[in-house]
Amino acid sequence: MEVIDYLIRRHTMVMDLFWEHMYLIVVAVGIAIAVGVILGIVITYNRTLANGVLVVCQVLMTIPSIAMLGLLLPFFGIGFTTGMLALVLYSLLPIVRNTHSGIMEIDKAIIEAASGMGMNEWRKLIKIKVPLALPVIMAGIRTATVMVVGIGAIASYIGAGGLGQLIFNGISRTNPPMIITGAIFISIIAVGFDLILGWTERRLRVPGR
Amino acid sequence: MIRLEDLTKRFPGMERPAVNKLNMEVGKGEVCVLVGPSGCGKTTTMKMINRLCEPTEGKIYVDGQDTSRINPIKLRLDIGYVIQQIGLFPHMTINDNVATVPREKKWPSEKTKKRTEELLELVGLDPEEHGKRYPSGLSGGQQQRVGIARALAADPPIMLMDEPFAAVDRITRSRLQNEFLRLQKELNKTIIFVTHDIDEAIKMGDRIAVLRNGELIQYDEPGNILSAPAGDFVANLVGKNRSIKRLHLIRAQEILGEDHGGVSLDTPRETLKQKVEESVISTIMVVDEKGNLKGMVGAHALQERDGDRAEDIMEEVPDTVTDDATLNDALSVMLEIGEGYVPVVTADGKFRGTLTLNSLLDQVRSEKSAD
Repeated sequence: MEVIDYLIRRHTMVMDLFWEHMYLIVVAVGIAIAVGVILGIVITYNRTLANGVLVVCQVLMTIPSIAMLGLLLPFFGIGFTTGMLALVLYSLLPIVRNTHSGIMEIDKAIIEAASGMGMNEWRKLIKIKVPLALPVIMAGIRTATVMVVGIGAIASYIGAGGLGQLIFNGISRTNPPMIITGAIFISIIAVGFDLILGWTERRLRVPGR
Repeated sequence: MIRLEDLTKRFPGMERPAVNKLNMEVGKGEVCVLVGPSGCGKTTTMKMINRLCEPTEGKIYVDGQDTSRINPIKLRLDIGYVIQQIGLFPHMTINDNVATVPREKKWPSEKTKKRTEELLELVGLDPEEHGKRYPSGLSGGQQQRVGIARALAADPPIMLMDEPFAAVDRITRSRLQNEFLRLQKELNKTIIFVTHDIDEAIKMGDRIAVLRNGELIQYDEPGNILSAPAGDFVANLVGKNRSIKRLHLIRAQEILGEDHGGVSLDTPRETLKQKVEESVISTIMVVDEKGNLKGMVGAHALQERDGDRAEDIMEEVPDTVTDDATLNDALSVMLEIGEGYVPVVTADGKFRGTLTLNSLLDQVRSEKSAD
């Protein structure tokens, strides 16, 4: 009940933080999609490069989020930019990896048929490879987004804004309703994205969409 | 039309070349079958023609033009390509699959649409029923038909076909082969056809190129490959039962007489009785006034069934073959239905005559004495 009280009293501030959080995630994932899909496509043409890039992305993702923020702080300072950068780095791996494997898993006969029909590399990419890899790419985007919602909360610690602030401030002020409000809203965002992106992914999988 | 000159392909790390100094020429409108065991270089040879694989040495000329000087994309747009795994694009409808090359060639959409419908009909699919479906909604045989329609879409003068009928069952395969030969008669394409199956080679080819370890062992007409195999390798490939293999070379229509020997629906019982007694197979076929095969009357039916006219006495025909089926196809059907005969009909259902086991044996005998 205290949570509802808190929400009614502070709903403007909570909504502002909600939108700030959404903004952080959407922009970070947006950048990660642009960079990740292109990178994922590029590395399908070179095995050595692919192994290198995938290992680097893997290492990036293994670094605990709080440590990653710590590593970036000296270079980019406190605030939104550092938080954003960390989120982009984290969402790269699932997107790059899924784009790469989505394309590599396409039946070789289909690619050969496309080449034999006289499609050049670019046409094969946009007509055959990317459309066929799309469900797998989408699954990567989904994983990245859901993960970044959580890490975005931690990014509040270094002043990137967002719902994480409610949790961190709530802890320092011993204000349980504030903590719970933050936690609930972050969870809603995560579950919401997961449902919407999961639905999109399934739509893309059905032949005859 | 297509000339290979000292064509050689070496793959890195391989001891001997995959294709070794191949010299051959394929005439316009000819079906040239490359046959040999796996690893003999037949697919590699084919892929060098549309430059999916670049020759290490040697030249390929298409219409007198050196293909290494033609842009590979442009070259491929004018060469139809059918592969064993079919390779239909699973995310596109049948219409879109067939329209691939016309779209790459930037045809106006009206023309592409018309052509797509025309092609689906040509390969025996209904544009209304199948056009908007996805490949996964079609049977293997239907998918392979779409694969052929797609390769024919921009009416290329040359077609490359890599084991195009290998992925379907035996019956569908023989039907697709016959349909394809019928099409080829109209279209008159220059075709390079790859197979490991010597029976298919004999049936499909105007000329057969036997390859082994990347080298051309024999290049000749199917009849000559059968009667004069060059060396043990070709003789083994062709096998011992060469006279039976000749049945692949002869089509039903070639040995049927003018008169199909059927009787009309209103033939009276007495006449039927007499005809059945005269018949070698003790059976007589019944046709309607349009010449369509309606049924048959045998000694058994005459005994068991009442009625005075052929129409009332006749039984259903167990199976038929079309007049462009090979004698081998006819033999398989006879064995399947367990009878010593099979009625032959035209593509539009008109009765052409009856093939009997004896007439096939006569063919084998006469071919044998001719050897």
